[in-house]
Amino acid sequence: MSDPGMSDPATAFLAGDRAESAQEHSLRHAPGPYFGNYGGRWMPESLIAALDELEETFEKAKVDPEFLAEIAELNKNYSGRPSLLTEAKRFSAHAGGARVFLKREDLNHTGSHKINNVLGQVLLAKRMGKTRIIAETGAGQHGVASATAAALLGLECVVYMGAEDCRRQALNVARMQLLGATVVPVTNGSQTLKDAINDALRDWVANVDNTHYVLGTVAGAHPFPAMVRFFHEVIGEEARGQILEQVGRLPDALCACIGGGSNAIGLFHAFLDDPSVKIYGFEAGGDGVETGRHAAAITLGRPGVMHGARSYLMQDDDGQTVESHSISAGLDYPSVGPEHSYLSDIGRVSYEPITDVEAMDAFKLLSQTEGIIPAIESSHALAGAIKVGQRLTEGVGDPSDVVIIVNLSGRGDKDVETAAAWFGMLDEQGHVKGTTLSTRTAKGAAPAADENAEDATHE
Amino acid sequence: MSENTAPAQFASKSAAAIDRAKAAGRKALIAYLPAGFPDKQTSIDAAIALARNGADIIEIGIPYSDPVMDGAVIQAATTEALNKGFRVADVFDIVAAVTAETDAAVLVMTYWNPVDRLGVDEFSRRLAEAGGAGLITPDLIPDEAAEWFAASDKYGLDRVFLVAPSSTPERVAMTVAASRGFVYAVSIMGVTGARTSVSSAAEAVVAAAHAAGAERACVGLGVSKPEHVREIAAYADGVIVGTALVAALRDGGVAAVGALAKELSGGFDAPTSSNPEA
Repeated sequence: MSDPGMSDPATAFLAGDRAESAQEHSLRHAPGPYFGNYGGRWMPESLIAALDELEETFEKAKVDPEFLAEIAELNKNYSGRPSLLTEAKRFSAHAGGARVFLKREDLNHTGSHKINNVLGQVLLAKRMGKTRIIAETGAGQHGVASATAAALLGLECVVYMGAEDCRRQALNVARMQLLGATVVPVTNGSQTLKDAINDALRDWVANVDNTHYVLGTVAGAHPFPAMVRFFHEVIGEEARGQILEQVGRLPDALCACIGGGSNAIGLFHAFLDDPSVKIYGFEAGGDGVETGRHAAAITLGRPGVMHGARSYLMQDDDGQTVESHSISAGLDYPSVGPEHSYLSDIGRVSYEPITDVEAMDAFKLLSQTEGIIPAIESSHALAGAIKVGQRLTEGVGDPSDVVIIVNLSGRGDKDVETAAAWFGMLDEQGHVKGTTLSTRTAKGAAPAADENAEDATHE
Repeated sequence: MSENTAPAQFASKSAAAIDRAKAAGRKALIAYLPAGFPDKQTSIDAAIALARNGADIIEIGIPYSDPVMDGAVIQAATTEALNKGFRVADVFDIVAAVTAETDAAVLVMTYWNPVDRLGVDEFSRRLAEAGGAGLITPDLIPDEAAEWFAASDKYGLDRVFLVAPSSTPERVAMTVAASRGFVYAVSIMGVTGARTSVSSAAEAVVAAAHAAGAERACVGLGVSKPEHVREIAAYADGVIVGTALVAALRDGGVAAVGALAKELSGGFDAPTSSNPEA
């Protein structure tokens, strides 16, 4: 695929070098900065030089065998790739009897797909001579992944996280701190992901000399959407090989959840040029899109510019960003990656909302039919797969002829507290019911220093 | 003053204001306040007070939900304005009111999405109708500004783009060529906010802009005191002050804004060791 507006010969060569791009209308490997009318660089001039440096470093790295080998080695021996493709046989019964396969990004080190992108970007940061990385995080998964990669590769790490998300995902705050990162709770605006991105951008403007901003999704200014996608393409490449091996053919449908859309584009990319594969992205419908309390940017948003890209955006008549709502911190974002906006406009991918209730039902269902506790984010994809499975098997003689891949983008350990509250498992004090009956003095782990001394006197 | 009524063959209102200051033997003072803070009428009164106390150009900021180039003081003010019900259409009333009462050129400083939402042409038409001079666009670079080029040409509005310490010579040249009125030289790699001293990077940014052909380059970010004004006046064509004025309005109301503007413009009069270049 070659963009006539693209003057950079290296990029043009790269695009031409891909076997797939021999197809005139391939949707794969779109290089940016534009995806149809979306994408671009709606950014302060102060950051343009850094974006240029990043683009140049990335374009060189992605054809550098040494860099690609480094990524492959980390993916294999650190993240644990390839991730499994697991058939969810008991869950399938709830999806109209379609065969449902789970792409197990939840099994990656740190518990989600986020590590794929972070390892790539932190390696790039080192190539650029940066000593410090910053990141935003919603659910905390990207923050944890960033803190992990920074620890592994010896960089300072600061993570911006909405104060509301810190509350919802306290466990991940502690994980990041244990990994040596500094977590900065953001109390501006809605105190969620978009505000964390605002503060990360403010930090980046001021510290761009020594700092790389590890953006966690396929949003933001060029080259982030194309670059973050590149690092996640491994998801779809593996899934394609695995389904061909296990079933002998391509799937009928793909399902993934969409916040910014990085896990989704990672899965979708390998199948974009296969017209027989239907592709579905599931946005966070929150309380229901009719209530206005949701995060379904494509379903109900209008094109606008935020955080560096033109894309679908939840905004009011004045262009002010509308606060999003979702039980899932990782999907609680009022916009979406620009490539998704494009794929929606051209009809290649269908985007639909899933409510909190539907997602939590799917969360419980997968836990109890497959023994896998999914992230609440990924539960949106599971709820979507139930609907898609029922739809696609309608009138089909043997429903098991229908094959669906769901991107299980993350595991639900971080969501146990939210889920326990949702399912009424907590008492009035917020303790899990039935866990406060012991009459013994707590033994527990070593308490903080001063209490420690006091404890010693008790003994 | 007569410049104001000169026939407008795209006569830049902000360039004229800067040139009037120059003719008076000083540099231009460009003063920022957010629209609708602490309320619509007070923001009008405060802007008028700025013009009556030495500001040559008034910069009215549109409060926006995601102001990534702003520090804590301006964020707090614009968030308050939004919480009190500020609407983008209010900015046209404010520009019209200030233009009617003063000789200052009135620019609007805005993040791009509110303009995009209303429609670039419609926004420009209404701004021109209100007597506005043009736009300062902190998150719009010339590379993405095709619609704005067309609309600003159609309605005779100034396009104030930013150049930064990090801008390459190629980007400075491109941005200078794209700008009309003046070029906004960002003094520091950072967001808005008062700082104890003005970064030495500012002089280099202005020099780069002048070298690239900019007739007028004005320095903003971190400027808060008369001594900053004096220092910058030695090499730039204008001095932009924001956060310090917003804090004055917050703490002392319209009177405090007027007093600070007077004090800041005094920076031009104070004895200075280095005289401005010819």
